Amino acid sequence: MKKIHVSTTVNGENVEYLCDPRETVLDVLRDRLNLTGAKEGCGTGDCGACSVTVDDRLVCSCLMLGVEAEGKNIATVEGMATGEKLHPLQKKFIEYAALQCGICTPGILVAAKSLLEKNPDPTETEVRYWLAGNLCRCTGYDKIIRAVMDTAADMREAS
Amino acid sequence: MQYHSPTSFEDAAALAAEATGVTRFLAGGTDVLVQLRADITTPDTLIDIKKIPNVQAISRSDDGGWTIGVAVSGAEMREHKELGQDWPGLVEAMDLIGSTQVQGRATLVGNLCNGSPAADSVPAMVAAGASVSVTGPQGTRQVPVADIPVSPGRTSLVQGEVISAVHIPARGSNAGDAYLRFIPRTEMDIAVVGCAINVELDSNGIITQARVSLGAVAPTVLLVPEAADAIIGSALDDGALDKLAKAASAACNPISDKRGTVEFRTHVAGVLAKRAAKIAYARAQGENT
Amino acid sequence: MALDDRKTTDFKFVGTRPDRPDGLDKVTGRALFGADAYAPGMLHGAIVRSPHAHARIVRIDTSKAEALDGVKAVVTRADFAKGLSGEFSFVLENVMAGEKALYDGHAVAAIAASSALIARDAVKLVEVEYEILPHVTDVDAAMAQDAPVLNASYADASVPAGHHPNVVRYHDSGHGDVEAGFAEADLVIEDSFKTEATHQGYIEPHACLATLGADGKGELWCSTQGHWIAQKTCAALVGIETSQLRVTASEIGGGFGGKTTVFVEPVALALSRKANRPVKVVMNRSEVFRATGPTSSTSMDIRIGMKKDGTITAAEGIYRLQGGAFPGAPMEFSAMCGFAPYALENVRQVGYDVISNRPKQAAYRAPGAPMASFAVESVIDELCNKLGLDPIDTRLKNASREGTKASYGPRFARIGLVETLEAAKAHPHYSAPLEPGQGRGVSCGFWFNHGGETSVSMSLSEDGTCQLAVGTPDIGGSRASMALMAAEVLGIPYENIRVTIADTATLGYNDVSHGSRVTYASGLATIKAAQDAVAKLSKRAAAKWGIPEDAVYWEDGCAKPSGANAGNFDPLPLADITQNMGATGGPISGHFEATPEGAGVSFGTHIVDAEVDPETGKTAVVRYTVIQDAGKAIHPTYVEGQFQGGAAQGIGWALNEEYVYGEDGRLQNSIFLDYRVPVASDLPMIDTVIVEVPNPGHPYGVRGVGETGIVPPLAAIANAVSAAAGVRLRHLPMSPPRILAALKAKAHEG
Repeated sequence: MKKIHVSTTVNGENVEYLCDPRETVLDVLRDRLNLTGAKEGCGTGDCGACSVTVDDRLVCSCLMLGVEAEGKNIATVEGMATGEKLHPLQKKFIEYAALQCGICTPGILVAAKSLLEKNPDPTETEVRYWLAGNLCRCTGYDKIIRAVMDTAADMREAS
Repeated sequence: MQYHSPTSFEDAAALAAEATGVTRFLAGGTDVLVQLRADITTPDTLIDIKKIPNVQAISRSDDGGWTIGVAVSGAEMREHKELGQDWPGLVEAMDLIGSTQVQGRATLVGNLCNGSPAADSVPAMVAAGASVSVTGPQGTRQVPVADIPVSPGRTSLVQGEVISAVHIPARGSNAGDAYLRFIPRTEMDIAVVGCAINVELDSNGIITQARVSLGAVAPTVLLVPEAADAIIGSALDDGALDKLAKAASAACNPISDKRGTVEFRTHVAGVLAKRAAKIAYARAQGENT
Repeated sequence: MALDDRKTTDFKFVGTRPDRPDGLDKVTGRALFGADAYAPGMLHGAIVRSPHAHARIVRIDTSKAEALDGVKAVVTRADFAKGLSGEFSFVLENVMAGEKALYDGHAVAAIAASSALIARDAVKLVEVEYEILPHVTDVDAAMAQDAPVLNASYADASVPAGHHPNVVRYHDSGHGDVEAGFAEADLVIEDSFKTEATHQGYIEPHACLATLGADGKGELWCSTQGHWIAQKTCAALVGIETSQLRVTASEIGGGFGGKTTVFVEPVALALSRKANRPVKVVMNRSEVFRATGPTSSTSMDIRIGMKKDGTITAAEGIYRLQGGAFPGAPMEFSAMCGFAPYALENVRQVGYDVISNRPKQAAYRAPGAPMASFAVESVIDELCNKLGLDPIDTRLKNASREGTKASYGPRFARIGLVETLEAAKAHPHYSAPLEPGQGRGVSCGFWFNHGGETSVSMSLSEDGTCQLAVGTPDIGGSRASMALMAAEVLGIPYENIRVTIADTATLGYNDVSHGSRVTYASGLATIKAAQDAVAKLSKRAAAKWGIPEDAVYWEDGCAKPSGANAGNFDPLPLADITQNMGATGGPISGHFEATPEGAGVSFGTHIVDAEVDPETGKTAVVRYTVIQDAGKAIHPTYVEGQFQGGAAQGIGWALNEEYVYGEDGRLQNSIFLDYRVPVASDLPMIDTVIVEVPNPGHPYGVRGVGETGIVPPLAAIANAVSAAAGVRLRHLPMSPPRILAALKAKAHEG
């Protein structure tokens, strides 16, 4: 099958790739661009482990084709830290032990960052519903929700 | 699989008309990609309609109604204040589909064309009296949403036809809509039962017009005139609500499956009808619910 | 083993809450999980699976698949070892069917191709001819005399005569005279319960990257709870020597017991050998649900007698577990755990291991115990209701204590059940008012905990830092607890210890990360290895000072003379010793290898408030408190995390998670959309109380904490829902249709 050429931006960097039209953005990130931070937990948009933003909109990268990324701006967990400086959510997740196995963590961090950019002062309920598409099987969500709420409070104070 | 991204609906329709094998249109892809990935449906031709101008637009028509582009995502509808003020039930119904991530991509038309009787936005569109523009080889025609689904997974569209816009009527005064669904969790499930209600009141609070639509209780989304009749002429007193619930339950022709039993769906349809009616009624009275 | 060096107070590091050593990797996407490995020349594998629940495999034609451009190898059962017996033979039969497909999703062939898409396309080209056989998926139906026979040779000698061949193992234990005990009771309640199968639901699907050459030497990278068992099993299944296969454990994206065995790993090795290329195999979610270990589903009968004052006079439990198509359902654990919280003079428990046309069950967090506790604690709740007794006081009255003869035989050493019950009673949650429509439930739970074969090695560097190699995959922050325990012994900063999960070639054998054993057993071994290193450090100090070795002791990271008689020397810090170790006797390292057996059982008590919508049967868990004995919490934050995670999985099991099979024997809900694990908006914050009753079998008093937390939730929630709904729920999950049906049945009766 003939592959299609795509030019896009990932974490601020211009990239080009050839992909089969059946390949998803997740396939492309992992298998063609060596960005394995986004994980495939389900392939059906039900677990959120593959969360990325496309033009600042939170999506499941398993539910978008690689060919649809033409001209878009994709952000993944690999782009969250700035140089040596972790994003406040990343720091807080370590501090709060908001992860156990860590497989859901990249997706949850990307989703939580997207929430705080839209809503810097979310209620617990808003955080829980925003993250309802990010399954975590280890933590019972308690420490994740606390980490997001506390990061939001810190970021509000800092701004 | 051939991938196309035409820049007009006419081109999209022409591509579809000429295609052989299985054709799918791609907007949000939240059903198409799942089916592709699970080897349920691998289209021979995939037509991405997002390069067509205005498919991402929400606009108010001259008559006060709304035209919603076929690639407008649930998140974009949710963020559109005026649309939400006019049709909160419809916006909520769309918003209930999937996660935040799915909301970033999922569309009304995708939900409609997937053909599921459990599609959340479809009862809300049917109750609202929405219609869609269908572009095909013979040009563009307008079709009521209720006439699109014909059976689970199938629509009345023929080869070479593509939905090119969604039209929501003008809201009018003293009117409100609501959609409720039953799911076992708080999020992420497919509706076990869905119920949308759209009412208009007179100045005394008497319901003058109503549309009641049920999802997931029959092979297609139902419009239930008997349920509407149960509340028309009332101020939604308990007697009317009980009649509404009975009519809603009586209209059900569900199946028992992994998501619910016949008995459960039939009972809960009545429960949801009552609850949705109360919300729609309160909205029609100007309450912010 | 003698633990004459126990320490339970005055910790410097243990009990603190530092950042985990692998935190940065995990929050930046840098951590490499099973599917994150790539190799030059790598092929992608995909597996052909049976769509039938029970079918004879008449013919497999792979010619069309092999002809597809990009396909490099196809394997079937013929490509695996022959003549295996026991568990290995079951695992092989499970990872690649032989004569029969035994469940929907059973692997029958596999492909390796140059891309994942080509491999998937090739799967569709494999033609398998099946002769469809009658199937059975329900445990009671599988025991019935007219049930289809899966394999007439699986039943062992424990099964009494007269049972269907699907009953493959039998357990019967207890003590006293239950009939005499029931005669003494003021009230006897006997009830039947059912629980549906649930899946561990780890978010990371099984994944591996395998290389195997014609020389019988192989490399395997995989997501596993135990790479030595993977090594042993895979080597046997592909017919190579164990030592020739080096297995490296990837970071593991959840396991909960489900990654204690192998599925795709031997298949990837066989494909690699045939293609002479590295092969990666990654399951999709549907394959995980259809073909990897869910729990058993159960059918149980419980009978308990109680006096008016709450004293239990006798208890009897019958536990029937189907564990899929192979022997191994953990019915003896159900039988042994159900009554373990209570000191009973008369107790009997019977278990049946039943095979059916479902995937081979795998361990899931305290395997067998949650279901048994659901049934037992529901009956105790009902007895308390009928006799007007407080559920915590009643449990306290009957609670197992130090010296109690356990329902399963041995006498308990020091245990903490009473402490958890007292903490529950004193907790504000227990006395908080309930809203209308809400109900409160409590339950106790028990798990044995495990020791297991363990090896740990540590080496000191010249700069005074430490490299610690353990063999138990870090599934939830165990690197942090290992580093804390090593720091405690060595007296050097936590940050100066680098913890690595060693591969099978670089450390002695390690049992799986299961049985809540990691912090206990790898922790004990880490302490012992560190003490071994300290002894060597002290010896160097003694040599330097020219005093006897036993005149040196170790404190705060320094060798010190043990008193005025030993001489007057300044404390010698660890780094000062290691700096010259090459010249003073060579490298300094510490080792420990053993099979520790003092794991120390663990009890918990949970309190939960649930709200039921009487019109729809929908339940919301509105408040949840976990109280559990941790012995000693090494890193309390991760202990809390284990408590919370166990409760959350229990909530899912109690309310909405279940395997749904159709009449055709096919799994109906093999995606997360319909296999409903709790999402963030389903749960409240989960409050925790860590009780610390030190385990006499661990130097610092550690008890495993991973598993006990999932034992009480099923019953605690069932008791809360039953209170809220006003009707007893005896079938899990308590999905809205089941609750509504129970409410309607009650309205009909009443």
